[in-house]
Amino acid sequence: MGYFKDIFVGGLSLIEGMGVTVRRLFQPLVTVQYPRQKIPLSSAYRGHIELKVFEESGTHKCIVCLNCEKTCPSGVIRVQGEKQKEKGPKTLTNYVIDFSKCSLCGLCVEICPTSTLVYSKEYELVGETGADCQIDLMARLATQVEKTREEKKTQEIAA
Amino acid sequence: MSEGLLGSELFRLILGLVIVIAFSQLNALFLVWLERKVSGHIQLRPGPMEVGPHGLLQTIADGVKLIGKELILPLKADKKLFFLAPVLVFTPVLVGFLVLPFSPGLIIHDMNVGVLLVFAFSTITVLAILTGGWASNNKYALLGAVRSVAQNVAYEIPLLLAVLSVVLMVHSLSFSHIVESQKTVWFIFLQPLAGLIYLIAATAETNRAPFDIPEAESELVAGFHTEYSGMGFGLFFLAEYTNMFLVCAVATSLFFGGWNGLFGFSFGIPGVFWFLLKTYLLIFVIMWVRWTFPRVRFDQLMNFSWKVLIPLSIVNLLITAVVVKII
Repeated sequence: MGYFKDIFVGGLSLIEGMGVTVRRLFQPLVTVQYPRQKIPLSSAYRGHIELKVFEESGTHKCIVCLNCEKTCPSGVIRVQGEKQKEKGPKTLTNYVIDFSKCSLCGLCVEICPTSTLVYSKEYELVGETGADCQIDLMARLATQVEKTREEKKTQEIAA
Repeated sequence: MSEGLLGSELFRLILGLVIVIAFSQLNALFLVWLERKVSGHIQLRPGPMEVGPHGLLQTIADGVKLIGKELILPLKADKKLFFLAPVLVFTPVLVGFLVLPFSPGLIIHDMNVGVLLVFAFSTITVLAILTGGWASNNKYALLGAVRSVAQNVAYEIPLLLAVLSVVLMVHSLSFSHIVESQKTVWFIFLQPLAGLIYLIAATAETNRAPFDIPEAESELVAGFHTEYSGMGFGLFFLAEYTNMFLVCAVATSLFFGGWNGLFGFSFGIPGVFWFLLKTYLLIFVIMWVRWTFPRVRFDQLMNFSWKVLIPLSIVNLLITAVVVKII
């Protein structure tokens, strides 16, 4: 009798298995078609650093104190600034990081006295040469400012 | 002149051959795409999406790539047999198309031994696999080929016994007679056990999962076609999918009413479409089985055939014979 019971029970379990897979056929897909389709990043994501655009001034608040450059354990950051007036404050002219050496320790972000350094959400970092790892934050700032301006515009239109 | 040419038997055969070759290629292109789509959706991913709408042209791109590749001949391989095997594997499949009853007027050659012809020639596939595995001079290929022979010997018996119970009921080996006698009731309702045994054995005959022991990649790399590259591999691949169509088409005409509609109602749909619809549904079921079940072990495979399928099919045949005699 065990012979027929084995066939019957085995057959039932096979049908059950096919039921599982056929239900999968009609479930939504989990694939994200990456270059065309992106999912929102976690707010905890640490990309390379960037200069924050403050809403009230429309630009960054860097005072060229060079704290970030000094605290960086890997010598990633190079900051240059110059005085506009004889006894005035320095203004930032050049901010370049070498991301190939960065370990994302975040000391620069912690030490920044004006909180103008933040983590970016940049993760598409493909480059062909070492020079592609040199990221010019001032050039990046220009596109950021443009972006926030556009976002404001669309928000106003929506409102 | 033209009427004489069109009516001649030779012209009919050549035309049939051209249509069959074109159909088998198109069918394989479509089935490979379908298989990848089915497997993808079962695993919650979309399958090929990049070439053409929903990846429809992906197989054509793959085919062009295969044609462009070098045919590598392994050292100390038997050159003649090595290149003969892929050709040999494709011929029996083409012969099978000769007697397939697509619709009442659409049979290339309606023979009175049609069923016998299909199964007689389908055994040549095993010979081709053995030839390829032997000629490759590779232990994995040889092991795969030997397994394939053992498996096909074991599964041919229940397959033919299941077919025999249908033949007993109709008293004919001609496909068109068998299909005609299913006008109102399909044989799957009269012979459910035989139908099931046929489908299981046919899956094993076409070396498809869960019975794909001859090409079990976890132990044999790729089995009998390990050493084949380019179109040599392509032909084996093509033959597998055409074979799949063939066994499903035979199953359709033996058990699922061929060109007949549901319970005698055809709903105005031509017979060819009924036939193709049922065939492709069966192919889908075989694909569904492949992406559901894991590969069986070799002893399980043999036990299942000799201890379950063959006794059951013999009992089924005996009961059929008694019932046919009484009625």
